[in-house]
Amino acid sequence: MKDNLTIAELKNKCVDLKKNVISMIYKAQSGHPGGSLSVADFMTACYWHAMDVDPQNPRWEDRDRFVLSKGHVCPAQYAALAMKGFFPMEVLDTLRKEGSPLQGHPSMTKCPGIDISTGSLGQGLACAVGMAIAGKMDKKNYNVFCALGDGETNEGEIWEACGTAHKYGLDNLIVFVDWNNLQLDGTCDEIMPLLDLAKKFQAFGFETFEINGNDMAEVVDALDKAMASKNGLPKCIIGKTVKGNGVSYMENQVGWHGVAPNDEQYRQAMDELDRQYV
Amino acid sequence: MKFEKMIATRDGFGEEIVALGKENPNILVVDADIGKSCKTGAFRKELPDQYLNVGIAEQNCAGVAAGLATCGKIPFVVTYAAFGSMRMCEMIRQEAAYPNLNVKLACSHGGVTPANDGASHQAIEDMGIYRTIPNMTVIMPADAVAARKLVRAAAEHDGPVYLRFTRDKVPVIYGDDETFEIGKAKLLGEGNDVAILANGDTVRLALEAAEQLAADGIKARVLDFHTIKPLDVEAVTAAIEETGKLITVEDHNILNGLGSAVCEVAAELGKGKVKRIGIQDQFGQSAPYERLLAINGVTVENIVEQAKALIG
Repeated sequence: MKDNLTIAELKNKCVDLKKNVISMIYKAQSGHPGGSLSVADFMTACYWHAMDVDPQNPRWEDRDRFVLSKGHVCPAQYAALAMKGFFPMEVLDTLRKEGSPLQGHPSMTKCPGIDISTGSLGQGLACAVGMAIAGKMDKKNYNVFCALGDGETNEGEIWEACGTAHKYGLDNLIVFVDWNNLQLDGTCDEIMPLLDLAKKFQAFGFETFEINGNDMAEVVDALDKAMASKNGLPKCIIGKTVKGNGVSYMENQVGWHGVAPNDEQYRQAMDELDRQYV
Repeated sequence: MKFEKMIATRDGFGEEIVALGKENPNILVVDADIGKSCKTGAFRKELPDQYLNVGIAEQNCAGVAAGLATCGKIPFVVTYAAFGSMRMCEMIRQEAAYPNLNVKLACSHGGVTPANDGASHQAIEDMGIYRTIPNMTVIMPADAVAARKLVRAAAEHDGPVYLRFTRDKVPVIYGDDETFEIGKAKLLGEGNDVAILANGDTVRLALEAAEQLAADGIKARVLDFHTIKPLDVEAVTAAIEETGKLITVEDHNILNGLGSAVCEVAAELGKGKVKRIGIQDQFGQSAPYERLLAINGVTVENIVEQAKALIG
């Protein structure tokens, strides 16, 4: 069963999710807050609007799949999975700890709700393509959602996978590019200019949607359109986002890629997020 | 020693994968534009709904297979050994081995068998690479019969498997009713003077060497180690305990293949002498297959000579 939340309710869910992200990275004193926050709106819209999943039966055959190709932002997905009831909320406190199901990068054998292990960038999209092909072969109606980082599109395998997605007519594949314009070593423009990403995906045979990826209404609208468009073309939502979205001192700061907040920064982040409920 | 039939092991794969695909619709072939050379032509023709070709894109090929495997499919990724082990190595590690998915790599052109193609296409590192990745099973059948049986065993095995085949024809040494178990070496000749442990296309050399040694009154044990991981430690240990003198033979770098695996067992036991015969940690060149083996001492004559030297 899909959830049927209003945009306001989704926005509030997203604030909850972001607070869980900050909290778990703070407790772990390790993790990637910046990208976890920029992808949060998409993550929320997937789990509370677009996707049909069953927390009681994580491997349900007909479920929608989620592939977090930018695996380092798994705190966002772990928060969503815990909030959906895939595992108890307390488990979030074990992020990156020995024996935890919440590995530094997602493991499908350890964590319920993870559909494929990721972490090495550029590899998730090909896996999502495989899942979408299996769905077509088995005449199932599920969709496969795949979140890519912007820097991750530097990887050649991404474009190999795009070719395959087009060849096999995967209109059940919905890719989201979290274009926050910052990668580990600097801005995308400094490290490897992305040029016109929408045109690049179009050239590979995708139907594209360009939106503000941190505007919940736009994210939901793009997902609805992508899911409704059964024209044989794979979908790509290019989401312009802000790295560290919602926490003032993290926003657009390259330094907040893989750093945990200290006590004071943690309190400030939670205060700021608390004020963002609508 | 007379061998009547010569068949490349890639042909054994090509035949069995069709049979498997007909029995189980979840068996898929995922090609990367060298299907014709890897003998998936019949599968492509007879089972088009179970056949994918993702183009010259090996990394993507591995990922697509992993995604399919999460949905209950049993994809056979088909390419050359050099590309299957190196171009897609990290994708297989991350997306198939780490999550222990049912992805099978079926790689032709193993060892120096892509002889005239030169070093770029010869795979002398592949089995060693996959031997060091957890959850992987690593297999090289000795002939077309073994190839068919071990392809079937791989399909039935739960988890990722690397299968390596020859481009060149090799003698058929097994009867059709022979049985194979993953991880269990096959005893092909009894003897306690020396043990010759071989795999893949070198098993025939071991058999011929044993025959020549027998003529000199030396009884050689011959073992086919079609699986180098998991290694049949019991068979290695028995060979060490009962003969004390081992020769490993492989169409693979002497580093990290069968020879290394056997040495690890011997070193930990603190017993046994081992002589490794294989590719001498050097790149190949365009030359006839038998010449490339000979340049590296992978010959019947050298096995015989080394056996005699070990016995003293």
